[in-house]
Amino acid sequence: MAEITGTTWTCYDSNTMTQAEIYGRVLTELGEKDPRVVGVTADLANSTKIGVFGKAFPDRLFNVGIAEQNLFGVAAGLAKSGLIPFASTFAAFASMRAAEQVRTDICYQNLPVKIIATHAGVAFGQAGTTHHCLEDIAIMRAFPNMTVIVPADGIETANAVRASMDIPGPVYIRVGRGFEPKFHASEDYGFRVGKAQRFREGTDLTIIACGIAVLQAAEAAKLLAASDGLSIRVVNMHTIKPIDREEVLAAIRETRRILTVEEHSVIGGLGGAVADVIAESGKGCAFSKLGFNDEFSVVGYPEDLYSHYRLDANGIADAVRAIMGRDFEEDESWEDEV
Amino acid sequence: MEAERLKRLEAAARQVRYDIVEAIGNIGIGHFGGALSIVEVLTVLYFSQMNASPANAKDPGRDKLVLSKGHAGPALYAVLAQKGYFPRETLFTLNQGGTSLPSHCDRNLTPGIDMTTGSLGQGLSVAIGMALADRMDGRKNRIFAIIGDGESDEGQVWEAAMAASQYGLSNLIAFTDYNKMNIDGLTSEIMNLDDLGAKWRAFNWNVLRTDGHDLEAIDRAIDAARLESDRPTMIILDTIKGKGCSIAEGKLSSHNMAISKEQKEKALGELSAAMGELS
Repeated sequence: MAEITGTTWTCYDSNTMTQAEIYGRVLTELGEKDPRVVGVTADLANSTKIGVFGKAFPDRLFNVGIAEQNLFGVAAGLAKSGLIPFASTFAAFASMRAAEQVRTDICYQNLPVKIIATHAGVAFGQAGTTHHCLEDIAIMRAFPNMTVIVPADGIETANAVRASMDIPGPVYIRVGRGFEPKFHASEDYGFRVGKAQRFREGTDLTIIACGIAVLQAAEAAKLLAASDGLSIRVVNMHTIKPIDREEVLAAIRETRRILTVEEHSVIGGLGGAVADVIAESGKGCAFSKLGFNDEFSVVGYPEDLYSHYRLDANGIADAVRAIMGRDFEEDESWEDEV
Repeated sequence: MEAERLKRLEAAARQVRYDIVEAIGNIGIGHFGGALSIVEVLTVLYFSQMNASPANAKDPGRDKLVLSKGHAGPALYAVLAQKGYFPRETLFTLNQGGTSLPSHCDRNLTPGIDMTTGSLGQGLSVAIGMALADRMDGRKNRIFAIIGDGESDEGQVWEAAMAASQYGLSNLIAFTDYNKMNIDGLTSEIMNLDDLGAKWRAFNWNVLRTDGHDLEAIDRAIDAARLESDRPTMIILDTIKGKGCSIAEGKLSSHNMAISKEQKEKALGELSAAMGELS
């Protein structure tokens, strides 16, 4: 019998836990090891699962009410005085309502505040466009000192949350809402911040994806091998900043075609970060970005929205086919590569 | 307060005022009015109340100040120079390329500054985080914060007001520099704060009110705030924008005002005369 968890109705707990739930557990584990770990939230302790930590350490979770600007200011003050605050709210509020507090109080001071932003992208589909967030990667990437991580699933969220403790400055970890399917089989696949995971080898084209798109990209690669005889490389670019430049250069050099896929605007997110590397390399490469095309998202169930916006395996496969037929100028000399 | 101590504070305040006028006067423009209105509170904090000096600048148990109205930086810089955080000559690099003293307070650049501020409304929240951390780690120090009356238009101030009383932060003592003037006009005309004390009381703060240019009264108010055991304290300081400088005092134009060489000399002359009377 499925059990309803949290406050939102499509969030069922089956055998796997949601990304946010795993985050809550890992944070509790970190809290046991390190007394500097504290939690801060703005009336979303249950929804973001930071409440799991709060149950274990009631004196170390501060709920400031529905006041996100205050939330990140308080987090900055806690960090400034030697603590390691994990601040959780929805991605839309963390990145937009409190953008200036994150920029000035946290990033400019280079304080170790770890922002775990949930319900990113269209994960909160039926809640409406106000609660979608397709801009946060672009906003957070623009702040100096900020590390930006978009885990592919709950297991990667666990790895990212643990790894964030070793980063001396601020970290933004972008997670969904809960019913994202599992991508990794276990936690032991060598997760490293800033080092992409090459999940599947291929020679015709590289799909560089993050978040929920990674699993769909892997499915698309399988499908394209079977139906089109294509050899598709799949890269899980979980860290958007700092971007794994070497992995992008390898994709240009070895496959000559790149498709980025993300649950985010095509402006300034993963696609933007990869485009920067391609453009700076000066090498010819067929390139396309799949994401939200400078448009506000419509309302619907997340699964439907992923199909609607062609972020599912079929949509990704079509985007790959479109690039395969494209011409570009090859440059075989890599001596001048910067 | 014994006469000798009061005399020392008066001398310190006069020097701070003189240094503000000279530093801003040298570059010909600056946030004159709002810097001059908080000279007394800063003097009392750093020369009477706060356990803060260059010697304990790295001690987490020291008292800390968030000057949330960060545009009053020149006043705090003058105090910090007098306390020995940096040489007095540094004051005369104010706002210039490569300076450690920008128009708005910057913790990354200036020794003795506890938090970067300037975008109004943000400081009190950070002060709350600092007060929570100190209490959690069992430190007995105080966190002080100064906000402006115009700054109180910002919604985040009231988010912070609620949170500080919710958490019963008696280790937080805040001040409002109530000089009754915004940039565009009188506070009462731009966005009337009405009964400011009643507002803070409604947010369940311990509220005190005093003449913001009376050193003894400010000192007594802080002593009283230290006795509060359950709630944060807001001390409303009735002040005059541009106080102590005839070219700026009580003038709406004093927020970010240009000052000529002649005006500077006249102002410094008045302040020197006053300093002479004192000694």
